[in-house]
Amino acid sequence: MVKTEISCIVNDKPRTLLAYPMERLLDVLREQLHLTGTKEGCGEGECGACTVIIDGQIVNSCLVPVAQVAGSSIKTIEGIALNEIQLHEVQKAFVECGGGQCGICTPGMVLAAVSLLEKNSQPTEADIREALAGNLCRCTGYMKIFESVFRACRA
Amino acid sequence: MRGFVPSYELISPATLDDALDSLAGGGKWKPFAGCTDLMVLVEAGKLPHKNYVNIWNLKELRGIGVSNEQITLGALTTYTEVQANRVLREEFPMLYQAAKETGGIAIQNRGTLGGNIVNASPAADSPPALLAYDAEIELISKEGERRIPYSRFHLGYKQMDIRQNELLRAIRLQRSAKPITHYYRKVGTRKAQAISKVCFAAIGRLSEKKIAEIRIALGSVAPIPIRCVRTESALLGEPITSRTLAAARAALAAEISPIDDLRSTKDYRLSVSLNLLEDFLTRLS
Repeated sequence: MVKTEISCIVNDKPRTLLAYPMERLLDVLREQLHLTGTKEGCGEGECGACTVIIDGQIVNSCLVPVAQVAGSSIKTIEGIALNEIQLHEVQKAFVECGGGQCGICTPGMVLAAVSLLEKNSQPTEADIREALAGNLCRCTGYMKIFESVFRACRA
Repeated sequence: MRGFVPSYELISPATLDDALDSLAGGGKWKPFAGCTDLMVLVEAGKLPHKNYVNIWNLKELRGIGVSNEQITLGALTTYTEVQANRVLREEFPMLYQAAKETGGIAIQNRGTLGGNIVNASPAADSPPALLAYDAEIELISKEGERRIPYSRFHLGYKQMDIRQNELLRAIRLQRSAKPITHYYRKVGTRKAQAISKVCFAAIGRLSEKKIAEIRIALGSVAPIPIRCVRTESALLGEPITSRTLAAARAALAAEISPIDDLRSTKDYRLSVSLNLLEDFLTRLS
């Protein structure tokens, strides 16, 4: 198999990727676009560290062959801040509440929370727990993460 | 060891017709949809077949159609789409619940009902609900289409009534105005993200205190998602008494074949299955 060109939008910029169609979106983002904010945890869709948003929906980028994002719009953690100096409400809340520890799960947690707020601006505590259920924190710092998202919702 | 990515081919046909052309090529090509299971195998170096047809973008396999008599779910309907559909939520709550309890949201956005069926894991959560609703499935190939009851699709462990050149196109559910009791329980290690130890789905309806309609299906207790027809026979037409309960428990114990594995034990699965059956019948009465 040879590499093929795949056109998509990453963090609002049109990109043409050159990759083997079965390459994981995770690897292409990290190695080709150097967007290393997206992390690899388990590599099998259990932990959510590689979460990105494709066409408005969170996915595990370790389970997406890059051929499937042709024509799609992708958001990674690098594309979440409002601009170079202004963080997203969710990111601000993570800083204020100490929602990040080792940092491996943080980008995925932030994206899961951003996605939740895009779909539901007034989530209940149960909604927040459900939205974060696919993201594991190896430091087990779940309460601070939950508080961060809770604060972002009330901001 | 990780799979060697350059050794895989993944072609993306623009239409269903083109995809079926590829699949007609004597078994060289296999379909690749939401990838939530297959990509795990690629990564683990456990996917020996190398040539795949990307069907994820085929519009012909998407969408939920609602008519007065039935609901047609395109094979690529995701768990998220199932949950968002009001008719499914109200009339087929077990399918809604199965979709809600499968994986986390990132998986639900990508995993498809069709994939859940043809991946044929005995531990999958939507098949028991689809069996209890007596779904029909539609298969399509260059030779045409055929429809079969879903209850006849799974033949043995990962063995299905689907040919190399066929794609699962749609799943059909018959709507019913009758007042039915729906009972769905997924038993896992934890509330979120668990894989089932036992999954139990059943519908039932009483008429003049006797069971007038009943369908029972289980996951994770046999080599296939199993519709328990002998247990149903033991119950149909009977009033719900302690004698009926005992007969039903005996029938179910003989019909399922749970095993010890990394997620649970044979004994636990058997006890839980029988208890769930009893709980269902108690609620039905």
